[in-house]
Amino acid sequence: MKPEINMGMKVLVVDDFATMRKIVRNILKQIGFTNIVEADDGANALQMIKEDKIDFVVTDWNMPNMTGLDLLKNIRATENAKDTPVLMVTAEGLADNVVDAVKAGVDNYIVKPFTAETVQAKIEQIFAKRSAKA
Amino acid sequence: MNVEFINPFLSATIGVIKTMAFTEVKAGKPFLKKDKISCGDVSGVVGITGPPNGSMSLTFSKGCIIQIVSNMLGESFQEVNDDIKDAVGELSNMISGTARNDLGNNGYSFKTSIPTVVSGPGHEIRHMCKAPTIAIPFSTAGGSFVVEISFEN
Repeated sequence: MKPEINMGMKVLVVDDFATMRKIVRNILKQIGFTNIVEADDGANALQMIKEDKIDFVVTDWNMPNMTGLDLLKNIRATENAKDTPVLMVTAEGLADNVVDAVKAGVDNYIVKPFTAETVQAKIEQIFAKRSAKA
Repeated sequence: MNVEFINPFLSATIGVIKTMAFTEVKAGKPFLKKDKISCGDVSGVVGITGPPNGSMSLTFSKGCIIQIVSNMLGESFQEVNDDIKDAVGELSNMISGTARNDLGNNGYSFKTSIPTVVSGPGHEIRHMCKAPTIAIPFSTAGGSFVVEISFEN
């Protein structure tokens, strides 16, 4: 059964390439999300997360200033943001990368290239697991 | 250069462009490229650190990249503008990353740099090593593009 997802939640898309932010934003809009904001690296994303209430983060791994993995670790170490769901969308597809991300507390992981269907399925998995735990 | 490296880049190219831009890609016959002059209008170049060290480039004709990016973003483009250049960077990132993952599963450990994008008629592509450059031509309905790889022995 599909989980109930609040489509008005604030979603932060983090990628150093505007193209990828636009692709992810388009897919999130297709899924039904209405409140999407963007950051172009991990450091800017972390600042936004600390200053604002972000409900869900979709992040790349390889970025200047702060990588997606370091962003994830920082989110998990930030008191008012540590439970924020995080989806990584990255070209880092080796098993070691996935293990590192899981150890750091990622909720789900997509290796580029990807389809809109994959993004939707991974997001549904995240919120199904979260609602089962609640 | 180890010829085992050709196929991962070839299949990564076909897979990334088909998945992200819904575009069918047909590979031509690889050839040895002897000069630095690009075979198109806009290129993305990625440095690869091994061993062996090397680099990959992706060079598109204007018509080809405009159609690919229009498909990727669901928008219509007419010129090679900043959006198109950013997309060339991201395509270079995804193709080199996919090939790197494939080679990683076969025992090679590579890191890839953040892509640089060069454009303009007759622009040069500077590979990271002096080894021969293998070029793989591709065709799409919108035009042609070329992937070049060069690795030290």
